[in-house]
Amino acid sequence: MATEKVIMAGFGGQGIMSAGQLLAYAGMLKDKEVSWLPSYGPEMRGGAANCAVMISDSPIGSPIIINDATSAIIMNLPSLDKFENSVVEDGVLIVNSSLVKRKVSRDDIRVYYIKATDIANELGNSRVANMVLLGAYIEITKIVGIDTALEAFKKVYGPSKEHLLPLNKKALEIGAAEARQTNFK
Amino acid sequence: MTKVLMKGNEALGAAAIKAGCKYFFGYPITPQSELPEFMARELPKIGGVFLQAESEIAAINMVYGAAGAGERVLTSSSSLGIALKQEGISYIAGAELPCVIINISRGGPGLGNIQPSQSDYFMVTRGGGNGDYRHPAYAPATVQEAVDLTMEAFNVADYYRTPVIIQGDGMLGQMMEPVEFNEPKKRDLPPKDWATKGTGGKREPNIVTSLLLATQDLEDHNWKLDRKYKEIEKNEVMYEMYRMEDAEIVLVAYGTTSRIVKNAIETLREEGIKAGLIRPITIWPYPSKAFDEIPDSAKAILTVEMSTGQMLDDVKIANEGRLPVYFYGRTGGMVPTPDAVIAKAKEILGGVE
Repeated sequence: MATEKVIMAGFGGQGIMSAGQLLAYAGMLKDKEVSWLPSYGPEMRGGAANCAVMISDSPIGSPIIINDATSAIIMNLPSLDKFENSVVEDGVLIVNSSLVKRKVSRDDIRVYYIKATDIANELGNSRVANMVLLGAYIEITKIVGIDTALEAFKKVYGPSKEHLLPLNKKALEIGAAEARQTNFK
Repeated sequence: MTKVLMKGNEALGAAAIKAGCKYFFGYPITPQSELPEFMARELPKIGGVFLQAESEIAAINMVYGAAGAGERVLTSSSSLGIALKQEGISYIAGAELPCVIINISRGGPGLGNIQPSQSDYFMVTRGGGNGDYRHPAYAPATVQEAVDLTMEAFNVADYYRTPVIIQGDGMLGQMMEPVEFNEPKKRDLPPKDWATKGTGGKREPNIVTSLLLATQDLEDHNWKLDRKYKEIEKNEVMYEMYRMEDAEIVLVAYGTTSRIVKNAIETLREEGIKAGLIRPITIWPYPSKAFDEIPDSAKAILTVEMSTGQMLDDVKIANEGRLPVYFYGRTGGMVPTPDAVIAKAKEILGGVE
């Protein structure tokens, strides 16, 4: 496989960083080379948050993504404005259309609009919106299976959160189903 | 051993504990605060001591004390915090005590900013405090290498009775990568019969000091230190030669910058331009001998750093005027892009016969 380079972006508290860690962990469980690089700065809760995840069969060179993301998971409007042009041609852009009201202006990438926050609220916990989008990402790229993602969930969130596993599994599955229903002409 | 995904800062702490370090003295500063956080959480579990000092200067002097008692001890900070520690590092070097100091550096000078930077190269390779001294400085490029070198650093510190620096940057500290904790190569370590931990009424007291008032004593001590540094230069140099076999342009980069340069080299090679990399793993002692292994195909050297050109001096010294030396750097927390490195390499080769 070529190196998969994923940008995940939103605001602090949307579970961007942990979803990225989960994906990296899942890749590692599948014996891939992985890296996870957070943006960090003098930022506060509710501010912008993003991370870069790489998954590859060969050692990761630079862990930085510069306008060469193969995919992006976008959870709010400022993140779309910032990263819309960071995805390569034919790349994947997954948008939380519950919060992002505008359409993506590019027509050379595959865009998936998923009402992740609405779906998460229906599941009874707005905080699993990140998992809905991650489920879609996994379905689209097939980079790991949902079972591996759930295995990684246990590692990233620890035993105290294991009771949330069924909820997160549901969120991943609904996200995957939403992605399958997206048609491209 | 199974791999775990760890943040660089936490992996550094875990490696220190694995190496037998039971004492940490420090003061928080971004972008390395996860390291003291980790030590605060983990050291009490193994009967060790984590202490947040009132300042970096206090912390390094606590390190001085613990090292004098013969214990494996760590401190960490970032750039300006390491600058504050220099007085203590000089004392520790003078008193010939082992300790490990981790610098997860950020932009400077002064407070600068908290983004990754390599502008502490002079400070950590030239001996940032007063007096005729040096100390080994390791520059890991990956989280795994940071783990391996930290464990090695404790052995090197004990073997030579010297402070040892691990030189990373904010990117290495903040990023997560898979790591496994392997045993470092065995060294025959001398007994710490110099440690000041009570005579038990059975021997003369040991004295830990860097004060030698008699000029002849101090000169003797300085030459003794110098012989030790020569020994370290002979034995401890580490570097990687990457795709150098037929290189026309030799890039030189260390730490996280070397990863960006490797990406640039891949692209250059795809375009038919033969590029290779010398990656110093020890930035002191500097791997000058790597420059003797540069193939005849080479036409120029390009040094890439996240600074305005600090390692550049060592490259010029090691090159001994053989090849033209060029420089590309970003600073202030800006990170070089592979494209910019590629463009610079092409520009150089375009202008070199």
